[in-house]
Amino acid sequence: MGATSTEHAPSPVREGPKIPVLKREKLILSGRSYHWITERICGVVENRQPFLWWLLFIPCALIAMIGVGLGLTYLVSTGVGVWGMSNRVFWGWDITNFVFWIGIGHAGTLISAVLFLTRQNWRTSINRAAEAMTIFAVMCAGIFPAFHVGRVWMAWFLAPIPNANAIWQNFKSPLLWDVFAVSTYFTISLIFWYLGMVPDLATIRDRCKPGLRKMLYGIFSLGWRGGNRQWSHYEMAYLLLAALSTPLVLSVHSVVSFDFATSIVPGWHTTIFPPYFVAGAIFGGFAMVLTIMVPARQIYGLHDLITMKHIDNMAKIILLTGTIVGYAYLMELFVAYYSGAKYEMDAFKFRITGPYWWAYLAMMSCNVLSPQIFWLKRNRENLWVVMGVAMAVNIGMWFERFVIIVTTLARMFLPGDWKSYSPSWVEIALFLGTIGMFLALFLLFLRFLPCINIAEVKWALLESDPHHDDHEEHPDPGVQVIPSYQHELHSEVKA
Amino acid sequence: MSTTRKRVYGYLAEFGSASNLYKAAEKVRDAGFRKWDCHSPYPIHGLDGAMGMKRSILPWFVFFGGTLGLATGFGLAYVTQVEIYPTVVQGKPANLFTVPAFFPIMFELTILFSGFTTLFGLLALMKLPRLNHPLFASRQFHRATDDAFFIAVEARDPKFHPDKTRAFLEDIGGKSIELVEEED
Repeated sequence: MGATSTEHAPSPVREGPKIPVLKREKLILSGRSYHWITERICGVVENRQPFLWWLLFIPCALIAMIGVGLGLTYLVSTGVGVWGMSNRVFWGWDITNFVFWIGIGHAGTLISAVLFLTRQNWRTSINRAAEAMTIFAVMCAGIFPAFHVGRVWMAWFLAPIPNANAIWQNFKSPLLWDVFAVSTYFTISLIFWYLGMVPDLATIRDRCKPGLRKMLYGIFSLGWRGGNRQWSHYEMAYLLLAALSTPLVLSVHSVVSFDFATSIVPGWHTTIFPPYFVAGAIFGGFAMVLTIMVPARQIYGLHDLITMKHIDNMAKIILLTGTIVGYAYLMELFVAYYSGAKYEMDAFKFRITGPYWWAYLAMMSCNVLSPQIFWLKRNRENLWVVMGVAMAVNIGMWFERFVIIVTTLARMFLPGDWKSYSPSWVEIALFLGTIGMFLALFLLFLRFLPCINIAEVKWALLESDPHHDDHEEHPDPGVQVIPSYQHELHSEVKA
Repeated sequence: MSTTRKRVYGYLAEFGSASNLYKAAEKVRDAGFRKWDCHSPYPIHGLDGAMGMKRSILPWFVFFGGTLGLATGFGLAYVTQVEIYPTVVQGKPANLFTVPAFFPIMFELTILFSGFTTLFGLLALMKLPRLNHPLFASRQFHRATDDAFFIAVEARDPKFHPDKTRAFLEDIGGKSIELVEEED
C-alpha cells in the first residue's frame, strides 16, 4: 500500500526489445455497464417468465410428482421387491442413478472451487448456475441410497448416534464413508452456494418495492451492505470455502468409487477407480452444465455474459476429461489382461461381448469417441454440435455406471449365480422422476434466484480494477501488447 | 402522536468509479478516520490496504474448527469401534491398526466443521445478519449493490465534524454528499 497514489513516477524506460504481453481479454462483451449487468440478470427474476418457461416447468413438475412422488409411495408401501433386482444383482438402476447424479454435481464444485483457486476468471459467468446444479443433483442422488436401504424409516441408523440396539456404524466400511462424504458434500456445497449469493440477493432486495418480496430477499441477504469491511471477510471466507471444497470434491467421488474398489468382485477391484471416477464425474458434470446453460443463455439473452469463450472452454474441458476417461477404460482392459487373473479377464470379456454389449458400446462411443470432435474449433463454435455432444455424454455417463454395476453383478464367480437384470417400471419411473425434479428445481432457481453471479461478473470487467485508468493513462513503454488468441472467438457465431 | 427524534449516522459520499473510490479511501485513511467504510457493488482489489485494514482473522477460526472436526472424527470412530464396541468385520482389526480406515471420515468431518466455522465465523465478523441499518434510510444507498461507489463516515468517529467532514469529503472528490440520519 502506498501512502500516496496521486503522484505517478514516470515508468523507467527499459533497454532492449519490448516484452510481449498478452492483452487481458474481456470476459464480458459489448462493453456492458454495471447497471446493464444488474438489469439483465435481475430481469430474469423480476420480469414475467417467457412462455417457454411454463412449457418446460409444468411437464417437469408433473413428471417429478408422478415419478418421485408416486414411485416412492408405491415402493415404500409395497416393499423393495417392486424393483427389478434379485439377490445376485442387488444393485441396479438405483445405484447407477445415485452415481450418475452425484457425478453431475462435481462440475459445479469444480467450477466454483478449483477454477477459483486457479484464477480462471471466466468461471464467474457460470459458477452460480453450476453450483445450483450441484445442489439439485445431490438431492436427486440422495433419494436412491436412502430408499435402497429397504426400510426407509430405518435410514437414520446410518447416522452415528446411539440407538437402542447398542450397535455403532461400521466406520471401516466404504458405505459409511459414503454417508459422511455425500452429506458433507451437500452441506458444504449449500454453504458455498448460499454465501456466494448473499450480495446478489441484496441487489435484488434493493431493487424491490417494499412488500413481501423485499422482506424475503432482505432476510436471505442478511442485511448485506457491500461495505469493504464486509467484503474483506467475505472474500476470505470464499477463498477458504474454495480451498475446502477442492479436496472435498476429489474425495467424494473417490469414496463413491471405494464402494466398488474395496470389494473383491472382478471388474470392481481396481486401484484406478478413484481418479477414473473423479475424471468421469467432472466430464459428466460439464456436459450437464452445457445442457442446461446453453438453452438458458438463448432464452434469457445472456450472450454477453456467457460468451462463446465460456462454451469453448467447457468444450475443451469435456475433451480433456473425456480423453482421461477413455484412457481409464483402456487401462482397465489392459490391467485385466496383464494381471493374468482369469476372473478379471472374463469379467471384462463379458462386458464387451456378453448380453450387455450394447451398454458397453454406448459408453465407449458416447464418452470416448463423441468428445473427440471438439479437437476442431469449428465444432466447439457450433452450438448444435456442442449440445449434441453434451447430450451424448449425459447418456454415455449413465451407461458407464450401468456397465460397471450391472454387468459385473450379473456375472460373479459362480456360474450358478448368473442372473440377468432388467429394471421394473418403478425404477424407470423413479429415474425419469428425478430428471423431472432436477429440471423443475433448476427452472425454479432461474425464476427466483440470480442465475449469474452479479458481483463477480462486475468484478471481472476490466474497469473494475482500481488501477485501470492509471494503466490507461500511463502505458508501460517497455511492453508490446498482443491480442490473445481467444479474441477471434468474441465475434458471435450463428447458433 | 409520538415525535421521532433523529440521530445523525454520518455522511455518505458517492465516488464515480472504483479508481476514484480507491484514491479517496487512501485520503480518508491518511486523515485518521476510523469509523468509516467503502461500499461497492463488488470487492475492489487492494482496497483493504487503501483503507488501512488488516488481513481477515477468519482463517484462525477455521483452523481451530477444522482441528476440532478432525478430533471429532477420530474420537467418534476410535471410541465406538475400538473402545466401546469393537467389531471385527471382514477380518479387519479393532485396535490402533484400524485407524487408517477412519481417515475418510476424519477428513470429511474436518471439512464439515471447517465449513460451518467459515459460515458462522464470517457472520460474526461481518456482524450479520441484521434486519436494518441506518444506511438503508439513505435515498441513494440502494445503488451500492448496483453501480455506485460510496464512502460512509460515521458520526461516532472522534474526528467527525458536521461541517469539516463534509468539506473534506467534497475536497477528495465526493459527489451528492448526504447526511444520513437514523430514527432514535
